[in-house]
Amino acid sequence: MSGLLLVFLVVLIFVVLYQVSRSSEIVAQIQGEEAFDKKRNKILGYSMLVLFAAFMIGIVWCHQYMMPLMGPEAASDHGQQYDFMFEVTLWVTGSVFLLTQFLLFWFSFKYKRVGNKTPHFFAHSTKLELIWTSIPAIAMAVLVAIGLKAWFTMTDKAPKGAMQIEIIGKQFNWISRYPGPDMELGKKYYTNINEKDNILGLDWKDKATKDDIIIPNGELRFVKGKPVELIIGSRDVIHDVGLSHFRMKMDAVPGISSRLWFTPLFTTEEMKSKTGNPNFVYELSCDQMCGKGHYSMRAIIIVETQAEHDAWLAKQQSYYVQNHPDEFPAPAAEPVKTDSTKK
Amino acid sequence: MSNEATLHTHDVHAHDHGHEHGHDEHEHHEQHFFSKYIFSMDHKIISRQFLITGIFWAIVGGLMSVFFRLQLGFPEQTFKVLSAFLGDWAKNGKMDPEMYYGLTTIHGTVLVFFVLTGGLSGTFSNFLIPLQIGARDMASPFLNMLSFWFFAVAGVVMFGSLFITTGPASGGWTTYPPLSALKEASMGSGLGMDLWLISMALFVVSSLLGGINYIVTILNMRTKGMTMTRLPLTIWAFLFTAVLGVLSFPVLLSAAVLLLFDRHAGTSFYLSEIFMAGKALPNVGGSPILYQHLFWFLGHPEVYIIMLPAMGMASEILSTHSRKPIFGYLAMVLSIMGITVLAFLVWAHHMFVTGMSPFLGGVFVLLTLLIAIPSAVKVFNWLTTIWKGNIRFTVPMLFALGFVSLFISGGLTGLFLGNSALDIHLHDTYFVIAHFHIVMGISAFFGMFAGIYHWYPKMYGRFMNNTLGYIHFFVTFIGSYVIFWPMHYEGVAGMPRRYYDFSAWESFKQFGELNQMISIAAIIVFFAQLLFVFNYFVSIWKGKKVTDPNPWQANSLEWTTPIKPGHGNWDGPIPEVHRWAYDYKDNGEGGDFIPQHIPLKDGEESH
Repeated sequence: MSGLLLVFLVVLIFVVLYQVSRSSEIVAQIQGEEAFDKKRNKILGYSMLVLFAAFMIGIVWCHQYMMPLMGPEAASDHGQQYDFMFEVTLWVTGSVFLLTQFLLFWFSFKYKRVGNKTPHFFAHSTKLELIWTSIPAIAMAVLVAIGLKAWFTMTDKAPKGAMQIEIIGKQFNWISRYPGPDMELGKKYYTNINEKDNILGLDWKDKATKDDIIIPNGELRFVKGKPVELIIGSRDVIHDVGLSHFRMKMDAVPGISSRLWFTPLFTTEEMKSKTGNPNFVYELSCDQMCGKGHYSMRAIIIVETQAEHDAWLAKQQSYYVQNHPDEFPAPAAEPVKTDSTKK
Repeated sequence: MSNEATLHTHDVHAHDHGHEHGHDEHEHHEQHFFSKYIFSMDHKIISRQFLITGIFWAIVGGLMSVFFRLQLGFPEQTFKVLSAFLGDWAKNGKMDPEMYYGLTTIHGTVLVFFVLTGGLSGTFSNFLIPLQIGARDMASPFLNMLSFWFFAVAGVVMFGSLFITTGPASGGWTTYPPLSALKEASMGSGLGMDLWLISMALFVVSSLLGGINYIVTILNMRTKGMTMTRLPLTIWAFLFTAVLGVLSFPVLLSAAVLLLFDRHAGTSFYLSEIFMAGKALPNVGGSPILYQHLFWFLGHPEVYIIMLPAMGMASEILSTHSRKPIFGYLAMVLSIMGITVLAFLVWAHHMFVTGMSPFLGGVFVLLTLLIAIPSAVKVFNWLTTIWKGNIRFTVPMLFALGFVSLFISGGLTGLFLGNSALDIHLHDTYFVIAHFHIVMGISAFFGMFAGIYHWYPKMYGRFMNNTLGYIHFFVTFIGSYVIFWPMHYEGVAGMPRRYYDFSAWESFKQFGELNQMISIAAIIVFFAQLLFVFNYFVSIWKGKKVTDPNPWQANSLEWTTPIKPGHGNWDGPIPEVHRWAYDYKDNGEGGDFIPQHIPLKDGEESH
């Protein structure tokens, strides 16, 4: 019932508006169309100036409101490159934006019709057109050059000694896998998957799988200053590893393994003091539409020092051991070797 | 030709152009209501059919965005209106995530395809091509009619998919497999997805029938003297829009057919190594990336299918209402061609982060940023067109100016996304939403509104109400920036798109208040569009009557027809063309324009 009333109200407002605005047509007829149009055109001409001023003030105001809400600086080396490029691109596009928007509104105001005048027949100028073809071309060349330089660094092979971690998406959570003491991620195949004791489908015939550590909630632990390479995959549909603080992202595609590497620059603790937010946490978000739980596909990333990382690793049990307790008399006898840096 | 024969009856009765006459006056043979308004072969009726269908879909798609904006702005609250419209999908006023994704998917699909392709290019290509090139109708009026009816049926199928138990397709308007291929992956990937694919296939047929017709008509049926270089820029834009459509829509069809095979015939074009619903699927060897290549091979040209008509109409309107010739006609034509060619060479910039070869990504960066050049040329030419003009702030002119402003704002952010090293962070964030909504959503809508207000007098013999038009402009222009400008910041902060709720995210929840504000602005803008729709329909019967056959004092040929042209457009012979469409100059008698059909004066140089 209230819905009907609302519809009725909206229609009523429209009808009133329409009737009121028809009266302007009547006023026009009384004043004479020509004079009325002239007056209106002048008002609208000035309104272009007002609109431009409001536009610019709005932008400044929006900027002031938004900046305190924005995250901290990029937390990875590639991210810092991104931040630099973003700034350059912003300066280029920002100046073009201001110039062209200003001209658009200024011309609209300046050249509003005030009466009949002989039109300025200006249909062509090779010189002008060459200028504004070549200037954007040069600007583009610069942006492409710095862009590709950064792009090829980011997508180059990961440096030797980079930590390898596998991150696998599934509806609707992440699973991470660490190589264990042998520094090697063992083979896996999707037909081996079962939810009970082999969530990634590791191939137990491959010895390298035996010491692999699986974290079912996808928690990622990086070491500050140490390059990390993510081996990305998916169990079902396409997901995307979105690392907004590191300014990186890569799709997780079933049947294909994609990679991404970077060097984290700040530990989680450092970020807490940097942002002044005691709850700060690096988050991994799924950035590719993957179904109804897409928005909840979150994993935590912890960046820590080497010592903290080693201590954490020491406490982990390999996935094989966890799931085959009978082969390893309790308590888990063989502590996983931890010092992965010295190999 | 049979076309000429059926139309011949009109030629016999020459009428005086200067006087107004009711539209039925010269319909000497009785036409049944059905053949005149429903199964019409008159391009003018068909164009209005496209437009009104487009308006219907715009309201549906717009309303969907209001609903999901309610969820995004007020994730904690419940709304009765949601249960009223969505029924069990919004029990107790709280929207189900499946339906949230269904709404975003259908919102995107119908606005991109049904409104900004069917409703925009379908309307204006149909309406303006014969009128502006001087033809009595399309090359094949029958195929033209079929084109509309395929469009209508596509719409019925899509609309039907909203009412089935498993809900409409919900994998995003790009419907990437495997999500869209496996019914276990989401509810929307059930019957809803099949209907989506069928609807798209029908739409492709409609678009091809229309497109081929437009190309043939423009190339073959121009009146005497209408050389290609005398064509108004609208026609150039429609020509290349049709070329883009004819070359790229079949690829979408192939993508859809392969997807149907994967869904129902057990093939593995897009599927490989998937573990779903507790079991490993047998499909091995396919690639989900293949679908993305096929989809974006249409998907990217599609954005120019949307933009080019808006650009063409804005060029025409800026020139007419500034009382100045369009600046750099040839450069404008060349830039349309340049955009058309490049449109086919940039599709993979949507796929930088799929894991495809970085080298290939690099090539696509280069090609993508090249598009900035023709786009920049167009912007500077528009600015020079209004420079030193004599600008009349009619409603269509305001929308055309708004179009330029939005095109600049949205176009420039493309330079961020087209550069892969920036896209690696910005991809699939709100930055993308802001970018494409401004540049191909709102700005194309502004081109369309400009076109509707400008050619409404030709369509209905009446004007739309001015004051409501001005309200519509200011609310929409300001509102669009209020909605989409702050989204750039959200995107820079990494806020992902297609999220149902952000409140659990430490990195994104600080934008809650902002999301509320955006939602409120979106609702206001939606009602401003309803005001436009109201104005549109009421003005058909109540609008101020057009008394001058050339109310805007424009040069192009459509204004030489009677105020309400019948089927066949001109009562007498089709006028001959002697000059280009932009002779806004002193006509020697105190006027500031010389229409295309006026012969050159002695000693006058043609452009």
